[in-house]
Amino acid sequence: MQAGSKKSSQTLPLESAHVVELANISKSFPGVIANRDISLQVARATIHAIVGENGAGKSTLMKILYGLHQPDSGTIAINGEITQFKSPSEAIAAGIGMVHQHFMLADNLTVLENIILGYEPTKYGVLSLGNARKRVKELATSIGVDLDLDLPISELGVGQRQRVEILKVLFRGAEILVLDEPTAVLVPQEVDELFTNLRKLVANGTTILFISHKLDEVLSISDQITVIRQGSTVATVSPKMVDRLKLAELMVGSDLPSHGKRTTLVGEKIQLSTNNLTVIGKNRKNPVENVSFKIFESEIVGIAGVDGNGQFELCEALLGLVDIEGTVEIGGKDASKLSIRERLNQGLAYIPFDRHREGLMLAASLWENSLLGHETSLSRGPMIDFDAAKKSCKEIINRFGVMTPNELVPAFVLSGGNQQKLVVGRNLATAPKVLIAAHPTRGIDVGAQAAVWEEIRRSRDAGMSVLLVSADLEEVLGLSDRILVMFDGEISAELDPKSATPQILGKYMTGTQ
Amino acid sequence: MRKSLNTLGSSVSAIILALSICAVLLLVTGKDPFAAYSKILETGLTGEKLLEMLKRATPLIFSAIAVAIGFKMNLFNIGVEGQYLFAALVAAEMATHVSLPRPLHILFILVVAMVAGAAWASIAAFLKIARGVNEVISTIMLNYIALSFIQWLFESFFRDDSDGGLNVKTTKIAPSGRMPDLVHDRLNGMFIVALVVAFLYWIVVFRSRFGFRLRASGLNPIAARTAGIPANRMVLIALMLSGAVAGLIAMPAVIGDVYGYGPSAIATQFGFAGISVALLGRNHPVGIVGAALLFGFLDSTSAVLQLSGIPSSIVKVIQAIIVLVVVIVNEASSRRYNRRTAERAAADLKSQEVQS
Repeated sequence: MQAGSKKSSQTLPLESAHVVELANISKSFPGVIANRDISLQVARATIHAIVGENGAGKSTLMKILYGLHQPDSGTIAINGEITQFKSPSEAIAAGIGMVHQHFMLADNLTVLENIILGYEPTKYGVLSLGNARKRVKELATSIGVDLDLDLPISELGVGQRQRVEILKVLFRGAEILVLDEPTAVLVPQEVDELFTNLRKLVANGTTILFISHKLDEVLSISDQITVIRQGSTVATVSPKMVDRLKLAELMVGSDLPSHGKRTTLVGEKIQLSTNNLTVIGKNRKNPVENVSFKIFESEIVGIAGVDGNGQFELCEALLGLVDIEGTVEIGGKDASKLSIRERLNQGLAYIPFDRHREGLMLAASLWENSLLGHETSLSRGPMIDFDAAKKSCKEIINRFGVMTPNELVPAFVLSGGNQQKLVVGRNLATAPKVLIAAHPTRGIDVGAQAAVWEEIRRSRDAGMSVLLVSADLEEVLGLSDRILVMFDGEISAELDPKSATPQILGKYMTGTQ
Repeated sequence: MRKSLNTLGSSVSAIILALSICAVLLLVTGKDPFAAYSKILETGLTGEKLLEMLKRATPLIFSAIAVAIGFKMNLFNIGVEGQYLFAALVAAEMATHVSLPRPLHILFILVVAMVAGAAWASIAAFLKIARGVNEVISTIMLNYIALSFIQWLFESFFRDDSDGGLNVKTTKIAPSGRMPDLVHDRLNGMFIVALVVAFLYWIVVFRSRFGFRLRASGLNPIAARTAGIPANRMVLIALMLSGAVAGLIAMPAVIGDVYGYGPSAIATQFGFAGISVALLGRNHPVGIVGAALLFGFLDSTSAVLQLSGIPSSIVKVIQAIIVLVVVIVNEASSRRYNRRTAERAAADLKSQEVQS
């Protein structure tokens, strides 16, 4: 039988009110702010949110709870019993389940196979799917999930995959569910569905730890909210007692910079335009189909869309990384045939989707990273001008507030937010004419996010044109002068950010309108 | 600075560890390791043997740099072997078709060797760029092709039987094309050329804009491409540069010793030894020269070991174990170094916060 049946055989000591109790947890961990004296009490059958900036120590704390790290000091009590987890398997045995941000599913196996993977029920050494199917069905029904168990994972959408992950964890007998940024990959409608499921779960007696930095969601779903800042617990509040602004202040520790209305006007010169741009798909549908748009001087055009609807390929096409049909013009001149370098020399800059994959050389020093793409201007003859390169890196560090001891350390020692600031700084430092900013603030904390937004706005006011690609609707709505929605490789709508709402955007993004 | 000390420390400790492992091996086979090692030191540290060390190190320096140029871009040029043998034949033959005054003649031969090596390496580059063929596979295969191709070329066109010996070679290179000796019959000028190449390697790969692009393409090819560094062109240039340096490997023999090319006169296997030396030297010019000297030193003592009843192959075993241990120790020490760096950065940040 499964670990889930443990509940009945285990005698709970006095049915402790707190299903999870972390006391004075401290953990020093290189490169990341340590957990310092964190205490947290989670009541049974509630949704307890943990919010905090990236790098504040949320992930470390959850990894400690899940047995991936061992605390330097402090205690973990589950159901009132003090325990120590040396590995995730011990945590799983104690009823803790973790749903990671990145799904860990086998694409070519079916839903049912994925759920039972690693915990296959057997009879005389032979897989007995019948029992498992029944149990999974029951679990699914109890939380209101309707899934065809025989579909391969590859045919499921993101939201459904997440449901499979949750079922997988429940199947292993989890009574305490840790969800790491579960809504990061979902559109608003899917978020609503997820929340419905979570509420049912809680009604069935499951306890949920909900990690997020999306404050509106946290406020709507949680029973309790614990705020973590710089490795310590700042406060535990009830969502009824606080509003968004208050929560954000607790997280950042100071007043949030205001969004600021723009005081400059959109220019008249077209800086970036495409005409019937199509990216030819090899063995698949064209990822970008007949996209035409114009971006003027001093204008931010936001591209909203669920990841994977052609935004990435569009950026690649604009940069010259893929073969295209149609035309791309930069600064009024046809750039369709130009190489990447030539386009960059025309004044194009690119903040990539994934800073680790496309942006940084993690093993190289910060100054070498900020040099990448600017070798020509920071050279003397054929040789790199080391002093100038280091100086330019220092300027980026100062201007963009990169938290680092100096410019000589390798990029991997920085936290994600600071790495992002470096990438953003590298691209803005040379005052480009056109900036393609793909998820410029993905995965970075509120403080860094505000700083990046401010820099992009400032450059925009100075005349820069920006193509902002983002799945974060708040970002798209807050930053853009004009919004285009991309769905299935095409531009499905053009909206005014003043009148658009996340709900309207969500409808266009999912193709329901 | 801290990093180079770390590197040096881990390499030295790896060598000591490797020597201990070999000592155990010797003990197991019933030999006295202390006798073997003292024999190595005793004979190796004579003036004569030290000159031989420099001589033996020379082709290893070229070979390791050829390999390292590829490594710096994450390209594994396993084809150095074929590249240098092909270059040796072409250069030896071309040398007999021109008459030039001495320095120019030597220069001509070296340039021909480099062009030939680069040309052979470019085949693998084109295969990679045009068809996406992994360079490991293509360069290994091209080694076999090179060996047969060279044999055919030599036997069909370039063989010169005029001197009647059993040891057939190409036509002897005229005196104007011969590299002068530094020490008569013991060491020729190619050793100086090797040091110059090592210095140029440092300038080009570690200091120049081209080198930065090369290293960036190795560190993160996608980021490099996104930053406008043309990936295909970098692959072509890097492999050709690697092949060009590979072309010099046989030159100490071709223009300094044998004065021609002959299948049995030109030593093989330097291409593979270069991989070991580059690994041991961690692709850094100083490390490579040091590692080449160490290998040269060990090689120079192997004949003497044989005479005293210790199998000379122990030298090859020591070399192989050193490389293996170095790879393992380096991996471990670089992880430790990375962790330390991260910790130190975090500590530095904290102290900054306290100050501000």
